[in-house]
Amino acid sequence: MSDPTEFTLAEARDAVRGKKISSVELTQAFIAAMQAARPLNAFVTETPDRALAMAKASDARIAKGEAGKLEGLPLAIKDLFCTKGVRSTAGSNILGNFIPPYESTVTQNLWDAGAVMLGKTNMDEFAMGSSNETSYYKPVLNPWRAKDSNAALVPGGSSGGSSAAVASRICLAATGTDTGGSIRQPAAVTGTVGIKPTYGRCSRWGIVAFASSLDQAGPMTRTVRDAAILLGSMASVDPKDSTSVDLPVPDYEAGLESGVKGLRIGIPKEYRLDGAPPEIDALWQKGAEWLKAQGAEIVEISLPHTKYALPAYYIVAPAEASSNLARYDGVRFGHRAKGTHEIAELYEKSRAEGFGAEVRRRILIGTYVLSAGYYDAYYIRAQKVRSLIARDFEQAFAKCDAILTPATPGPAFPVGAKSDDPISMYLNDVFTVTVNLAGLPGLAVPAGLTANGLPLGLQVIGKAFDEATVLKVGRSIEVAANFTSRPETWWRAP
Amino acid sequence: MNAAPDKNKLIAGATGPWEIVIGMEVHAQVLSQSKLFSGAATAFGAAPNAQVSFVDAAMPGMLPVINKFCVEQAVRTGLGLKAKINLESIFDRKNYFYPDLPAGYQISQYKNPIVGEGEVTIDLKDGESIRVGIERLHLEQDAGKSLHDQHPDHSFVDLNRAGVALMEIVTKPDMRSSEEAAAFVRKLRAIVRYLGTCDGNMEEGSMRADVNVSVRKPGGPLGTRCEIKNVNSMRFIVQAVEFEARRQVEILEAGGEIRQETRLFDSRAGETRSMRSKEEAHDYRYFPDPDLLPLVLDQAWVNDIAASLPELPDAKKARFMELGLSAYDASVLVAEKETADYFEAMLAAGSEAKSAANWLNNEYFGRLNKAGLSITDGPVSAEANSAILAMVADNSISGKIAKDLLDIIWSEGGDPKAVVEARGLRQVTDTGAIEAAVDAVIAANPAKVEEVKSKPKLAGWFVGQVMKQTGGKANPQAVNAVLKVRLGLPDDA
Amino acid sequence: MSVDKDTVRRIAKLARLALEEERVEPMERELNQILAWVEQLGEVNVEDVPAMTSVVAQRLKMREDKVTDGGQPEAVTANAPLSEDNFFVVPKVVE
Ligand SMILES: [Mg+2]
Ligand SMILES: [Zn+2]
Repeated sequence: MSDPTEFTLAEARDAVRGKKISSVELTQAFIAAMQAARPLNAFVTETPDRALAMAKASDARIAKGEAGKLEGLPLAIKDLFCTKGVRSTAGSNILGNFIPPYESTVTQNLWDAGAVMLGKTNMDEFAMGSSNETSYYKPVLNPWRAKDSNAALVPGGSSGGSSAAVASRICLAATGTDTGGSIRQPAAVTGTVGIKPTYGRCSRWGIVAFASSLDQAGPMTRTVRDAAILLGSMASVDPKDSTSVDLPVPDYEAGLESGVKGLRIGIPKEYRLDGAPPEIDALWQKGAEWLKAQGAEIVEISLPHTKYALPAYYIVAPAEASSNLARYDGVRFGHRAKGTHEIAELYEKSRAEGFGAEVRRRILIGTYVLSAGYYDAYYIRAQKVRSLIARDFEQAFAKCDAILTPATPGPAFPVGAKSDDPISMYLNDVFTVTVNLAGLPGLAVPAGLTANGLPLGLQVIGKAFDEATVLKVGRSIEVAANFTSRPETWWRAP
Repeated sequence: MNAAPDKNKLIAGATGPWEIVIGMEVHAQVLSQSKLFSGAATAFGAAPNAQVSFVDAAMPGMLPVINKFCVEQAVRTGLGLKAKINLESIFDRKNYFYPDLPAGYQISQYKNPIVGEGEVTIDLKDGESIRVGIERLHLEQDAGKSLHDQHPDHSFVDLNRAGVALMEIVTKPDMRSSEEAAAFVRKLRAIVRYLGTCDGNMEEGSMRADVNVSVRKPGGPLGTRCEIKNVNSMRFIVQAVEFEARRQVEILEAGGEIRQETRLFDSRAGETRSMRSKEEAHDYRYFPDPDLLPLVLDQAWVNDIAASLPELPDAKKARFMELGLSAYDASVLVAEKETADYFEAMLAAGSEAKSAANWLNNEYFGRLNKAGLSITDGPVSAEANSAILAMVADNSISGKIAKDLLDIIWSEGGDPKAVVEARGLRQVTDTGAIEAAVDAVIAANPAKVEEVKSKPKLAGWFVGQVMKQTGGKANPQAVNAVLKVRLGLPDDA
Repeated sequence: MSVDKDTVRRIAKLARLALEEERVEPMERELNQILAWVEQLGEVNVEDVPAMTSVVAQRLKMREDKVTDGGQPEAVTANAPLSEDNFFVVPKVVE
């Protein structure tokens, strides 16, 4: 193959393992692509030297016959993962100079499998956003553009740097994190695959926390197979994370092609939104037909509390965030305001300077809903609604093996289009957020294009710890959709 | 407790007597090697930030994992306080900003603590016992330390203590005097030390008391309380309560109102004063820590811990009394675990309970006090003291020699039996030798022999002379008997 | 429920976020917009519904009481904006 950046993760793995290409050659190709794609602003920090050193070490291991599962494969890492000795910003000014003296469990798992780090990808600040516009390090641009338009589109968020990097083929795959849809929504609007595994499947240790009861790391890839491969290496049982679940990690790749014959696929009627573009509904219907054609049984199900998921999320997530982000106070790490003479002033100024507008807004909402007199009315009520949402899924899964929904209410939108209206921005996660509230696995897989040529995805939701079925259903959709479209490489200098 | 107010505990004011109402919150550091949620060490006195993990420093992405031993110690302590163990408890975040609180929240337990209601019985000086209700015990993290006097305009923050496991033990407002408050802490300290769950070291801060004080007209409705923070000795507890109660009475009698506030005890000035930094109204925004799951315990595990509890002070005191000790002696011996252990080591070495108790109370403890030594630092082992008493019991040495012998062992060490032999301290019980000595004294003092006939009390002088002659080693009873015969004194002389 | 300007100032203080006076009014508006939107949770009947306390059905993991960490004061303070002799340094705190 002439251009190694055309490889999927699986193909690159086989090529490296088969010594058809060295890790150094592969890595050099991606470094060049990454550097050529700077107009996308997908990376906060590029680490080409480290990448080459890791690639060299990989080649040495391959020569000795000690190749790991991801040996020599260049990946991009969302900047929410702490990487030892490499600046980790969480997209925020407050961590602008933060160099962790430790490595997150998920990334350590990847390096232990032999993977190579190309750099740290841009993201919404502290993962709060659906468009990557809240990043202190400037928005990321979606590699995709609408037909006959040069308008800059958002790559989704918060893992927008990762989605853009995967879609533009400047890395083989990337890591993302998903608190309300932050893997699946950007994957959907960039024509890539993303899976948020079951809460507890991937360790949260070393990932900057946004909302602890919702955050999960997951892979962002070009194909479902790649997602299965990468998830297999990211996931582990971690004694350092009390919420990491003691279940063995299955071989997700093994059962990928076993098909959906006999599976019952649930279609939740509450996911039909008034005012949603007809294209979304049409695609969803098409997805159901593809699965039916492959032998699945389509069943109508009900998730009655769906409409309350986003409001509940916008209480629970800011509440947890307001507490999780209290540690950014300018004392032990991060930005400290200059010229303060009093500790309260140091806190207030450092935090006001260090956090962007969306983060400040969510901290205030979270502080308010936890404060005396409001806790029961907001936080406790939201956690009760959350129990109802989880119960909805439990009842639905008595009737089906997986659930099919749209991934997003629409395609990528122009930069700036929703930045003035927080609620319209929040609505991007309307289909994805229920899954986080219930702790379930959800996969976004590209399924088609809008009339003006922008990618749309479908979402597959599974039972807790049944990522295998989710991936299998995703693979069936992938086969049927045969999504081969790709963005033009307008970002490369001619 | 609803008993009528005890007149002796009331304090006199200009408008009549006042009753003091005291509740306590005691923070007891769990005697663990590592912290509650991290693997960093807990030892006292380490170099700045040397016992800090990234978790303790609340670095981004760090997560807590609970120390099982600390959970076990909380259960143990709860059982020792005769309290209800809650098989499901929740860790909450208590949110506030302070430089020695790295995460901006303390992991604590709020609505669902690991231990519920219990009680402690305390013995007062006059032999009275009262019961103090325990409201709850919960596990929480300690904060770090800010040093304020190293630099004119900077404070220095050391997180070595941050994350150390504390048991916060909260009482009901059941105490009515400074003496009761101090006695409660003393008793609680004894219990945790018996249990081995906390070393009770108040100087190093491993046990710290916050005292809630209010005053009221006897039997009237509860007054507004002030919380006095970090009172770190029994003496200071007494001082702080008394100062604070007086202060409140003065305000109330002057027509003022008590403001509910946190106050600091200034041990140098012996007074309490308002804490400025704690002034602003707090809103801790407690909520369950999403990094942790509910703490669920098995009843069987709790039962195993219950079965492994040592004998506690109350039970030990009752047992000592069954051995013939007075209530007072028994309570002195059980007050400190080490003292009770020492006493029991003497019993194990064969000493009789009452004489061992007397010997310790009358002889050994006095010497320790004078030297400023604790029972564990004292130079004479329980076995040595027991050996001394054994020689008194079998008449090998006299009581007087026993005290001299204790002094010798105290300063020079050695095996009491061997010292007695080497120095010829063995009591002379051989009648021949005593008779010879008596005869010699009689022969040398004919005038006294005459005198004693009319003044039988002079017999004591003869005893002294004979003892002198024998170097104190003669058995006093034997000397008496021989003297009576030789001097022709009546039996009852 | 909605917030007024004083509440906005109070929660900004609680959250230790400096909020310039001219930002109070717009923030009040933004927060009320969000609060009005989440208000719809009031429609849900949550009687006898337990609040979710854990997302995963698992016992809390426990560690053994062993010293496995620490002894790295330099690494702990390496990112501190101001430190001295391995202490973190802050403006003087008055107690
Ligand atoms: Mg307290
Ligand atoms: Zn406490």
